[in-house]
Amino acid sequence: MSTEPRAAPVAGEILAVEGVTVRLGGREVLQNVGFTIRPGEFTGLIGSNGAGKTTLFRVILGLQAPSAGTVRVGGGTRSRRDPLIGYVPQKFLLDPDMPLRGRDLVGLGLDAHRLGLARPSRARRRLVDAMLDAVDARSFGDARVGQLSGGEQQRILIAHALISRPRLLLLDEPLANLDLRSGHEVVALLARIAREQQIAVLISAHEMNPLLPVMDRIVYLASGRAASGTSAEVVRSDVLTELYGHHVDVLRLHGRVIVVAGTGDDEQTAIEHTRPAAGVEIV
Amino acid sequence: MQPVLRAILEPGFFSSSSVQVAAVIGAIVALASGGLGVFTVIRGQAFAGEALGDLGAAGGSSAYLIGIAPLWGFIGAAVAAAGVMELIGIQRERGRDLATGIVLGAGFGFAALFLYLGTTYHSTTGATITILFGSIFALSSSMIPLVLAFAVTALGIVVALYRPLLLSSVSPELAAARGIPVRLVGGLYLLAMALAVALSAVTIGAILSTALLVGPAATALRLTAKPGRAIITAGLLGLAAIWLGILLAYDSYYWPPQRHGWPVSFFVVTLILIAYLLAGRLPARGGNRGRQAPPPHTAGAGAAVPGGGG
Repeated sequence: MSTEPRAAPVAGEILAVEGVTVRLGGREVLQNVGFTIRPGEFTGLIGSNGAGKTTLFRVILGLQAPSAGTVRVGGGTRSRRDPLIGYVPQKFLLDPDMPLRGRDLVGLGLDAHRLGLARPSRARRRLVDAMLDAVDARSFGDARVGQLSGGEQQRILIAHALISRPRLLLLDEPLANLDLRSGHEVVALLARIAREQQIAVLISAHEMNPLLPVMDRIVYLASGRAASGTSAEVVRSDVLTELYGHHVDVLRLHGRVIVVAGTGDDEQTAIEHTRPAAGVEIV
Repeated sequence: MQPVLRAILEPGFFSSSSVQVAAVIGAIVALASGGLGVFTVIRGQAFAGEALGDLGAAGGSSAYLIGIAPLWGFIGAAVAAAGVMELIGIQRERGRDLATGIVLGAGFGFAALFLYLGTTYHSTTGATITILFGSIFALSSSMIPLVLAFAVTALGIVVALYRPLLLSSVSPELAAARGIPVRLVGGLYLLAMALAVALSAVTIGAILSTALLVGPAATALRLTAKPGRAIITAGLLGLAAIWLGILLAYDSYYWPPQRHGWPVSFFVVTLILIAYLLAGRLPARGGNRGRQAPPPHTAGAGAAVPGGGG
């Protein structure tokens, strides 16, 4: 589809984050964060609200300069506009009467940085159609984006991010506003895209359970610090205890994980990363 | 046929030179304002458009005071206002209302002063009506090239920036992630909007200029789901409102009170309002989901999400 040649990734890494520290307003939002991602890998960036997930994304996108450390994408250093990265932001609210169809938004993913009007061509249309098909969005591609459900909007946004043929796809809390079923479908879709197109997927979430079946690796963020590896390597009491700086228990129940922080005293026990609704899953 | 036509078209309509000039300038202004207005509505900057018009009024009235063509005053003040709003922070969500509110208040303050001084100095009250409510029949044909130049500039900015502007308007985050200089694009759009508002202030008046900017655009948004088509539709709706307004204003010369025509601006703004209300009554078109569709965020709305909310 795209004829642009892609730089070969160095040592098989598509993203290398090394020693990244970000200070904002005197506070260290990220401290010495480092991890790597290879093509086709599905990585979950897990952490509660305020753990620094969005800041880390902004650093990877080149929108926030790190106070220390480097980010390399596709083996090269970051440039401001990087076609290697596709991005799906967290908040996406459009008025229902916004004159923008799904396919318009997907088309903008191809050439929104260009000046002048897009010349409608059969090739462009075919590319947009193929992208809509790839995310199972063909049936609502001609509807206004603002009138789609949360899950449908996610698919359109994923197609918008994918059409420029990125090597790395970043999704900021894509499951936050979805019901369970839509969430599962989006996760399955992303896992399929990662596998079939050898695109590295980095997806942030405050709840890891929906991602556990498909996650190749996990980057766990807590109070600005990160631990990374496979979920078996990271989601352990000793690793998370060190990360949080206080005792943490990891409970496994029917293939699900609950991270419990606290002393065991009921009043001080807090269940991390489990929204009230998610409690239903566990019981 | 003849009496019917006579009833619609009062004698001398097409041969009147002031009608001809009004029709030409009105058409240029309506196409520019309507077209630009789609982005104004998408970006939620209708209030900013109003502020530009109000500061334009200060410029127009000061031009009148010192005796130059009001168009220059409108343009200069509106562009300056755009710069001030950009500095105060129109592009930040929280700065937006603040920036426009401050500029809007200051604009009216200056306009009040200049109009007061002008009417005292020139001992006439006509300027107040002209500046605030427009005087399309008093425009000179010598203005046409200038109006055309400004309109082409404004539309040129929007055409050149079409794709980056559309994505920045839909989601600044998505645009920034693609490396689009969101603030620069927004600033240039504000400049284009200042030109369009100034032009429409000269024709239908500073206070009513927002109606021409936002009204046809808001109507077009209800009629089509395609961004490009919405822009063209808005331009044509604005054109229709202006031309029909001119026709009705010309006819109204023979309405009560006899020998006193009603203001064109009244007709234009009223026609825009009627069109907007009518568009709301129509079944939504072009990619709309219809009223039976479930509301967003309930899932099950599309074939890809069968079964509904889990």
